[in-house]
Amino acid sequence: MDSKGKVLDQYSARVFKNRKEHVAVKEGENVPVLAANTRTIPGIMSHRGCCYAGCKGVVLAPIKDVAVITHGPIGCGFYSWGTRRNKALTDEEGKNFVEYCLSTDMQESDIVFGGEKKLRKAITEVVEIFDPGMIMICSTCPVGLIGDDIHAIAAEAQEKYGRPVMAFSCEGYKGVSQSGGHHIANNGLVKNVIGKGSAEKKTHSLNILGEYNIGGDGWEIGRVLKRIGYNIVSVMTGDGSYKDIQNAHTADLNLVQCHRSINYIAEMLKTKYGTDWMKVNFIGVESTIQTLRDIAMYFGEQELIDKTEEVIADELAEISEDISFYHSRLKGKTAALYVGGSRAHHYQYLLKDFGVNTILAGYEFAHRDDYEGKDIADSIKEDADSKNIEEITVTADPEKFNLRLTPDQYEELKAKIPLEDYPGMIRDMDDGAVIVDDLNHFETEEFLKLLKPDIFFSGIKDKYVAQKGGTLSRQLHSYDYSGPYAGFKGAVNFGRDITMGIYTPAWGLVSPPWKKIPTLVGTYGGDI
Amino acid sequence: MLNMTPKEISERKAIRINPCKTCQPVGAMYAALGVHSCMPHSHGSQGCCSYHRTYLTRHFKDPAIASSSSFTEGASVFGGGSNLKTSVKNIFDIYNPDIIAVHTTCLSETIGDDLNAFIQDTPIPEGKYVVHANTPSYVGSHVTGYGNMIAGFVRYLSEHTGVSNGKTALVPGFVNPGDMREIKRIAELMNVPFTMLPDTSGVMDAPMTGKYEMYPKGGTSIPDIIGLGDCKKAIGFGEFATIEGVSALRKKCKVPYEMLELPIGIENTDAYILQLQQIGSGEVPYSLEEERGQLLDIILDSHPYYHGKTVAIYGDPDTVLGIAALTLEMGMHPKYLFTGTPGDLFQQKAKALLAKYGIEDCIAKSAADLFELHQLIKNESVDLMIGGTHGKQIALAEDIPLVRAGFPILDRYVHSYLPIVGYRGAILLVEKIANALMDRQDRDAADEDVEMIM
Repeated sequence: MDSKGKVLDQYSARVFKNRKEHVAVKEGENVPVLAANTRTIPGIMSHRGCCYAGCKGVVLAPIKDVAVITHGPIGCGFYSWGTRRNKALTDEEGKNFVEYCLSTDMQESDIVFGGEKKLRKAITEVVEIFDPGMIMICSTCPVGLIGDDIHAIAAEAQEKYGRPVMAFSCEGYKGVSQSGGHHIANNGLVKNVIGKGSAEKKTHSLNILGEYNIGGDGWEIGRVLKRIGYNIVSVMTGDGSYKDIQNAHTADLNLVQCHRSINYIAEMLKTKYGTDWMKVNFIGVESTIQTLRDIAMYFGEQELIDKTEEVIADELAEISEDISFYHSRLKGKTAALYVGGSRAHHYQYLLKDFGVNTILAGYEFAHRDDYEGKDIADSIKEDADSKNIEEITVTADPEKFNLRLTPDQYEELKAKIPLEDYPGMIRDMDDGAVIVDDLNHFETEEFLKLLKPDIFFSGIKDKYVAQKGGTLSRQLHSYDYSGPYAGFKGAVNFGRDITMGIYTPAWGLVSPPWKKIPTLVGTYGGDI
Repeated sequence: MLNMTPKEISERKAIRINPCKTCQPVGAMYAALGVHSCMPHSHGSQGCCSYHRTYLTRHFKDPAIASSSSFTEGASVFGGGSNLKTSVKNIFDIYNPDIIAVHTTCLSETIGDDLNAFIQDTPIPEGKYVVHANTPSYVGSHVTGYGNMIAGFVRYLSEHTGVSNGKTALVPGFVNPGDMREIKRIAELMNVPFTMLPDTSGVMDAPMTGKYEMYPKGGTSIPDIIGLGDCKKAIGFGEFATIEGVSALRKKCKVPYEMLELPIGIENTDAYILQLQQIGSGEVPYSLEEERGQLLDIILDSHPYYHGKTVAIYGDPDTVLGIAALTLEMGMHPKYLFTGTPGDLFQQKAKALLAKYGIEDCIAKSAADLFELHQLIKNESVDLMIGGTHGKQIALAEDIPLVRAGFPILDRYVHSYLPIVGYRGAILLVEKIANALMDRQDRDAADEDVEMIM
């Protein structure tokens, strides 16, 4: 029996039937169908979060100059306050809401009599205290149930205070994971933010989508891109600002780092403004180089291509000694990865740079196309849960629509670079590797025991489960408060952190010496 | 750092900014982790459970297990009965705890799920238990939820047989495993047999052995919870966190209770020991007198470094009151006592405590937030702050030394292992306070003023 069978056979028939569709073992080049983006089974210890976490926590909160008000009881706002490491520099105007948690802190009377009055008052107070340029309202579970009309209140406040106020109905019970929340946030940004700015178009201009600047990743990526000569119009959304995001339509090209959380925006911007998008990966030395070459090829100018090679050579010269040192310490180790919607794939490249093989990987809230590739996206059947998440239709903007490439140029380039394509995680995995969607607590424990990876990359909820069992675990959501891990310099940080984790002396001292020697020391009768 | 916080304080009626509390369910989850072989279960959307586990794990740096009913939109409309039934079956099948402790969320409370009925309707395997507590997030705070879950265990399990077991029920407030260990150690030294509920020691400070145990050795056992009904007395430590639990025990099993403050500081610890002496009619052992004497010795020796220094203390109500008592005993001057948890009792207790030391200019507030605390500090600063991680930015912005104590501490290690209760806990806290202020004196001293000996 393979490892999949050994783990899943311990389930009851009903759970087995569900979970077997979410687990696959890669056989040769075959890309198996993997069930994803479906309901979590009640009672199963899943690590998934909710719609609010995806909308407010992930996508909207990093936009530093927006006052995001959580409308609900205190918990949701509190838990999403300063916990994702989406770093943000305060810009000249000094408005940075990343350090603040704004909540209507609904009380019992607000639930009984409705919370609209309190929300209205809260907006007024936020305007008076902070005078933010933009306000967003995110709803939590009870708001949807008691029927507070946050959209009407937003519209009314927008009129009254003469600034954009938008509402996001991202109640936690919607959808099956954080994913629905990403979609809702994406819709709002396309509808109400992007395209509203009037900045002049710049040459070689880029938006970086799905980069949340965890541990400063976005800054490291930006540093390299700027060295080559690109103009970064906006980042969605790490260290991002609405002032920049509203000009996103002026960029030449959209780079998509985290496909799962932001592909909706990339696709809608293509339809509405004609902007091409390209899947990139700045995690890993080789993949960063490939991505930089792909971007240069998109623009196709020799000077830019030469500059790209010059910067790559220069950056490599700076890190190569460190990389080979950590490679020598890590080569031959194995890893298992369970992270959100792109890192479980991206980090396989970075691990390969250090000679570490991935033997198990899974996403927390991915859809099938993240595993199997964009080409199957259209064949995914909508179920009742995904239907609850609004799909918006956009059309070409008569004034701002602009195609950079002719259809022929586009087709020619598409054959060479990942334009509007994401081949998915499974294709990159080795024969025999295990792929698990929504890897739960039980499966984590069992697979770790069976496969014995040297490192388990995951989040805080299962980190100490792995470590108590003797497997080093590093968080790939928060980088264990280190980073950046992206780009060239980030790769060195990553190598250093993993090496430190594996070689920390305490691992060798876990068993006390008296457990290693025979407990009874006796003498034969008569001996002295 | 927090550059947008204005010095001018404006009255706020609706917006909560930088809260000093969180919601009930996370407290219920923590209490349930203090029962041996218990699976805390969050009856609501899975995001709640994920957030709570994350928060507890970040504070304790240990796994916080819990499961969720994983509501979908459908369950939110039609009720979560079938989600609970499925959950209970799966939890016993897969994770095999002895007991499931269900707590509700704002979602299941708003739709009016009747947990009593659901649980009665759910098949429970022989010898296993399912209990629940109502913990609506829009009432009280995480401290309330902690208390409600304790009461839930008592209501479902504790039994009064009429035959006393000679034990005392110890119900600790919302404190770390290190504190629970210290409270138990004192009772042992006083020869008072007890049951502690909840008891997260050995669970949330479990040792590294190389083998993961889903249910570590610690936690109150189910027979002990049942036996609480036959205790001769109960002691609640901290009224905000424990009144529900001890009241439930009195109501159901007629066990009388004594409500004490969290034993932080000299007099609060004395009160605990006097109580134990009354119960056990025993002598106070020399070892405790020695610890007390050591604490007093330390305070008398080091008082010049903190006497008269002003301090802002924020966090959970029982903890803030306890730390305030210790700082007053040390001769410090509390300027701000802040808790996010609602309840006028906090102001009343603070007022009485401050009056004892003749302090009149201290602002004590419940249902308050850290934004307001920061504004007050901007108007009149303090020499020291004591509280959890969320005050860190204020401390950095205003260049005030910060001693971390209470919940949650997300940015440091070891705190959950060490007590702040008892004489020993006070010694540790006094050391932290003195060091913070003395390090500050060293940092700020001109070269010629740096003292080699202090």
